[in-house]
Amino acid sequence: MSVADTNPDVSALAAPGIRRDEAVADLHGLLLRAARFEVFRRREFLPQLSAVELDELAQEAADDAAVSVLRRLDDFRGESAFRTWAYKFALLEASVKVRRRVWRDREVTLDPERWESLAHAGPGPDDDAENAALLEAVRDGIKTALTPRQRQVLVAAVLEGIPIDVLAERLGSNRNAIYKVLHDARRRLREHVVAAGFLEVRE
Amino acid sequence: MTGRDLDPTLLRLLGSGEPESDCDECFARLDRYVELELAGAPADTLVPGLRAHLAGCPTCAEEHESLHALLELDSAS
Repeated sequence: MSVADTNPDVSALAAPGIRRDEAVADLHGLLLRAARFEVFRRREFLPQLSAVELDELAQEAADDAAVSVLRRLDDFRGESAFRTWAYKFALLEASVKVRRRVWRDREVTLDPERWESLAHAGPGPDDDAENAALLEAVRDGIKTALTPRQRQVLVAAVLEGIPIDVLAERLGSNRNAIYKVLHDARRRLREHVVAAGFLEVRE
Repeated sequence: MTGRDLDPTLLRLLGSGEPESDCDECFARLDRYVELELAGAPADTLVPGLRAHLAGCPTCAEEHESLHALLELDSAS
């Protein structure tokens, strides 16, 4: 028995005819509520947009989320309420649109050599010698232990603070792939500093 | 020194070193995780790897925070 057989929200969306049209309209209302929640929650980052423009952004997010939900209906396993499951699609679409709009007119520096700015981003002059030595080991690791791609993503995501979905768009990739590069860069960097005598290896 | 003692910038550079989900897994499991959190259930035990991912991925962390806040709002109204 599938979830569509037991969950009225899912079965209505999977059914043909008027019943489905009504269910899709209800779904869109649910998604719009979530998208508006997200867009207006982040409005401080988009001071140039009017309330109407923010609402248009939420509408676009709800439309895109509806397409995703309907396409991925078979992925719903009933491990949460259907409403919660659907909400996350709208929040994802809305938050991606907000971040992309925030960064649209900003210069995104993808210079992998920008890691040298770490000297100014790490511990200050009052921090202890161990932290200073660790910082030096990290700088050395960024320079010698990472691939150029790993260095580029690590610097952009961590030191420049560029959201990984914005980064993925600029690099012609996707969020999961960019996070994997970041994850691998962190792992290599940790191995480097552990080998240099810093940090305890956790089981 | 362990990862927990690190300066915040160094922690973001090095990560926690704990096993973690990726962004796709995080999205797939986020709804269940947040409902467990709100129910006071041991979400980190029942959905392992998600907390470590949220600590290392500010983008997914934002969406987690939003879903949590939206469900709280729903339950209050």
